[in-house]
Amino acid sequence: MARLIRTEKEVEGRYEEVWLVVEEDVLEQWPAGAREIVGRPATRIDGLERARGEAVYTADLKLPGMLHTAVLRSPYAHARVARIDLAPALTMPGVHAAIGPGELDVLVEECGFHGAAIAAVCADTYAQARAALSRVEVDFEQLEVLIDPDEAVARGQLLGEPRVRERGDLDRGLAEADVVVMGEYTTQVVLHNSMETHQAVVQWLGDSLEVFISTQYIWGVRDEIASTLGLPGDKVRVVCNYMGGGFGSKNGADDYTFIAIELAKRTRRPVRCALTRREENLATGNRNATIQRLTIGARADGTLTALGGEYVNATGWGGWSSPVEGPMQMLYACENVKTTTWAAKINQPPMKAFRAPGFVEGTFGLESLLDVLAAKLDIDPLDLRRRNHAQHDGADGRPYSGKNLLECYRRAEPHWERRHEVRARSTGTVKRGVGMASQIWYGGGGPPSYAWVRVGSDGRAAVVTAMQDLGTGTRTAMAQIAAEELGIPLDHVTVSLGDSARGPFASISAGSSTTPSMGPAVRAAAADARRQIEEIAAQRGTPDAPLAEIVGLLEDAQILGKGGRGPNPTGMQVLTFGVQVAEVAVDIETGEVWVDRIAAVHDVGRVINPLGASSQIEGGIIQGIGHTLSEHRLHDPRTGQILTTSLDAYKLPTFADVPVIVSELIDEPDAQLTNLGSKGLGEPPIIPTAAAISNAIRDATGAEVHQLPISREEMLRALREAAAREKVGAPAGV
Amino acid sequence: MPTSRRSPLLRLEVNDHVYELHAEVGTTLAEALRDDLALTGTKVACAEGHCGSCTVLVDGVPTLSCITLVHSVADAKVTTIEGLRDHQMVHAFVREDALQCGFCTPGQIVSAVALVGATPKPSTDEIRHAMAGNLCRCGAYPKIEEAIRTWQD
Repeated sequence: MARLIRTEKEVEGRYEEVWLVVEEDVLEQWPAGAREIVGRPATRIDGLERARGEAVYTADLKLPGMLHTAVLRSPYAHARVARIDLAPALTMPGVHAAIGPGELDVLVEECGFHGAAIAAVCADTYAQARAALSRVEVDFEQLEVLIDPDEAVARGQLLGEPRVRERGDLDRGLAEADVVVMGEYTTQVVLHNSMETHQAVVQWLGDSLEVFISTQYIWGVRDEIASTLGLPGDKVRVVCNYMGGGFGSKNGADDYTFIAIELAKRTRRPVRCALTRREENLATGNRNATIQRLTIGARADGTLTALGGEYVNATGWGGWSSPVEGPMQMLYACENVKTTTWAAKINQPPMKAFRAPGFVEGTFGLESLLDVLAAKLDIDPLDLRRRNHAQHDGADGRPYSGKNLLECYRRAEPHWERRHEVRARSTGTVKRGVGMASQIWYGGGGPPSYAWVRVGSDGRAAVVTAMQDLGTGTRTAMAQIAAEELGIPLDHVTVSLGDSARGPFASISAGSSTTPSMGPAVRAAAADARRQIEEIAAQRGTPDAPLAEIVGLLEDAQILGKGGRGPNPTGMQVLTFGVQVAEVAVDIETGEVWVDRIAAVHDVGRVINPLGASSQIEGGIIQGIGHTLSEHRLHDPRTGQILTTSLDAYKLPTFADVPVIVSELIDEPDAQLTNLGSKGLGEPPIIPTAAAISNAIRDATGAEVHQLPISREEMLRALREAAAREKVGAPAGV
Repeated sequence: MPTSRRSPLLRLEVNDHVYELHAEVGTTLAEALRDDLALTGTKVACAEGHCGSCTVLVDGVPTLSCITLVHSVADAKVTTIEGLRDHQMVHAFVREDALQCGFCTPGQIVSAVALVGATPKPSTDEIRHAMAGNLCRCGAYPKIEEAIRTWQD
C-alpha cells in the first residue's frame, strides 16, 4: 500500500525535507560480495557507440531550419550598459532576431562579472551570428570593481549571512591543548572544462517546448523552464541522451537555454545556443577560490581538543556558499569545534558545484595542518588520524549508517610503509616523500526516484527512467542491477534514459547520488517484474521454470514492473570515507613537483561495477592532480577580467601528468541503506588528493605549502621558508 | 542558404569516399565534416587547436581538423572515426573502459590508430608522447594507455 511520508534529502551537504510516496520495500539486500553480474567488471553497454562517434550528443544535433546563436557578454567585471542598439545587427546577412537587456531576465544591464550575458543574435549560421553580434552598438559605464574576498567580507558585501557552526567551546578546547598549530591556506579558482561545452537546442511544437540539452538533471531543467515560463511541466520535454561531461556545472538550465527558448519563440524556428570554449570558461561556473584560517589544538597524546576555522568563499557575483568547513566539522572526533564561513560577493563569475564542492578545498587545509600537528607532536600521521577517529557524527551526534574508515586505513598501510624506501631514493636535488590524507563526503543519495522495467516475450528487459548518464557509466550500472535481479544476461538488458517525457522522475546526477538514488529504484522495478513472472509460473504449476520459458508465452503481452527509491535510514548520517597515499618527487632547485604514485582506498558501500568504479577513481585523482599542481584560472587583479579562458592558458592534466594509480574499494554493503547498500563514488576520489600531495611534499622536503595550485613559485617560497626555519632552529610546524 | 557569393566547388576524399561540396573560403575541415557531410563523430571541444578532440588523419597524419582549412586538404585522403569504426583500437577502448563521457574519445582513437600504424607495439613513453595532444577531462588516461598497449589482444 502506498504511504506518503516526510523524509530528509541531502544533495552535496545541503539538506531539505521532501514528501515521498513509498511502497513497502520488502527486498532484502543481496549478500556481500560479487553476484552473478553485480559486483563484477562490466564494459560500458554504450561504449561502442561512444567510441565510434555514433552517439549523438547535443553538440551533434541538427534540426531542420535550425538557427545558431551568438551571445554578447560583458568585457568588464563590473559595468552598466548605458546604451545599446541592436538594429545594426538585424540588417546583417542571415540574421533572424536579436534580443537585449529588458527582453529576457538572463540578459542584464548591470554586469557583475566578465562574461555576463547582455544580448544575443540568431542567424542561419554561427559565423553570421558572430558577425552580426559585432555590429551591436553598446556603451558601457564602468563601475567600481570589488575582487578581494576579504575586502568584501569587511564591507559586508556577502551572499547570505555568514554560516556559523559550533559545538562545545573552542576557547576551552584551546586552553586544554598542549600544542596549538595555526595556518592560513588558500585555494584557487578551478574551471570544470567539460569537453562538451554548455549548450541547448530548442524548438516549440504548438504550445509545447522541446529542449535538447547537455545536462546533469533533465527533470530539474524541465521544472526550471516550466516554472520560469509559466508552462505546465509536461509541456516541456527535456532530452539528454549523451553528454560530454558536467562535473557539477550542468545542473540547471542557465542563460543559454533561456536565450534559445526566447529566440525560438520569436523566429518560430529551432534554435541552438552553444557556448564557445572561451565563453565556457567565463560564464558556466567554477570551483571558487577560498581563504582558510585554521587552528588545531591537541593534547600531547594527539587527542584533538579544538578545531577552529574561519573560511571565506570567494563565491563571485552569484552562487552559493560551498561547505568548505565540512571536513573540519565532520572528519574527526573533537568536542570543541567552531567554524565561520563567509560567502564574498565579488565581481567574479558565479561559482557552481564542482565535484565535491568545498570538501576538496577544505580537506587540503585541514589535512595539511594536521600533518604539521603530527610533526610537532612527533606522532605518525596515520596514527594521529586513527587516534581521532569519529565513532559517530560529531556535529549532531547521529550514528553513521556504515563506516569502514579504519579498514581503509588498515589497507592503506602497505602504501604508507613505502615511505622509508621512497625517501631513501632522494638525491641531493630531488627529494622524495610520501603523504596521506583522509576523505569524508556525502554520497548516500535519496528519494524520490523511480524506474520502470519492461520484460518482453523474447526474455529481454528494458529499464526506462528519466535519468541521465553524464559519462559515469550509469547506463551500465543500472543494466547490471536489473539483469542481476531478473536473472538474465547483461546483454539482454537495455536502458532507456535521458528523456523527461519518456520515463518517471529521476534524481539529479550530482552529489555522488546517481547510483545510490537510482539503483534501488531499478532493483525494485526489476523485482516487481520478477514477482509477476513468478506468479504466472506458479499459476501454470511450473514455479521453477526459467524466466525465458514463462515470458516466452507472452507474445505481444508484456510484464511491466515499477519501483521507487525508499527513504534513507532515519536519524543516521549516510557518508562515504576513504584515504589516499601520495608519493612525490620535488626538485628543490627548480620547485618542480612530480606525483609518482597515488594509492586510493575508499568505502562507498557495495560496488556495482568494479571496472567503472576504478575508472571513476582514476578520473577523480587525475582531476585532483590538476587542481593541486597546474590548474589556475587567473584574473587581472586590477580590473577583474578573466585571463585564462582557452585550453592553452588553462592547464588541464594531460597524459604526461598521470602517476601510477592503485585503487581499492572496501565493497561492504551499507546494511542500513536501501535494498542495495551502495553509495556514490563520483566525488570521493578527488577529495583527499591535494592534501595527500602537499603532505608528501612536506615529508620529502620539510616545506609547508599553503596554497593551491602548488606552483613552482609557491614550492620555492615554501622551501625558502623551511630553510630559514631550520637556520634559526625553530621546531618544524611553527 | 542566403549567401551572397557562390563558394567554389571542392572535392574532398573522406574515408575512401569522394564528396563534392561548396565550402566558403575559411571553412575548417571540422566544419565541413560535421556540417556538410554529417560526419559528427569528429567532435569539436575548443575550436582552436588546443584539445585534440577533432583529430582526424590527413594522409595518415593526425591533424587538428578545427584549425585546418578544408581547401588545404582537397588533394589529400582524410580518415575520420567513421572510417575506423571496425578498427581493433575501437574495441580495445571499450574493452579497457578507456572512455567515460566519450566526447574526446573519437579524437583519442584517431591519434592512437596513427601511433600504432607507425609503431605497432609502442612503449609507455611513446604512447604518452604521441597522445599528449589529446585532452580527456574525465581522466581516462590510464585506461587509454592500457587500450593502446593491448590493442592487438
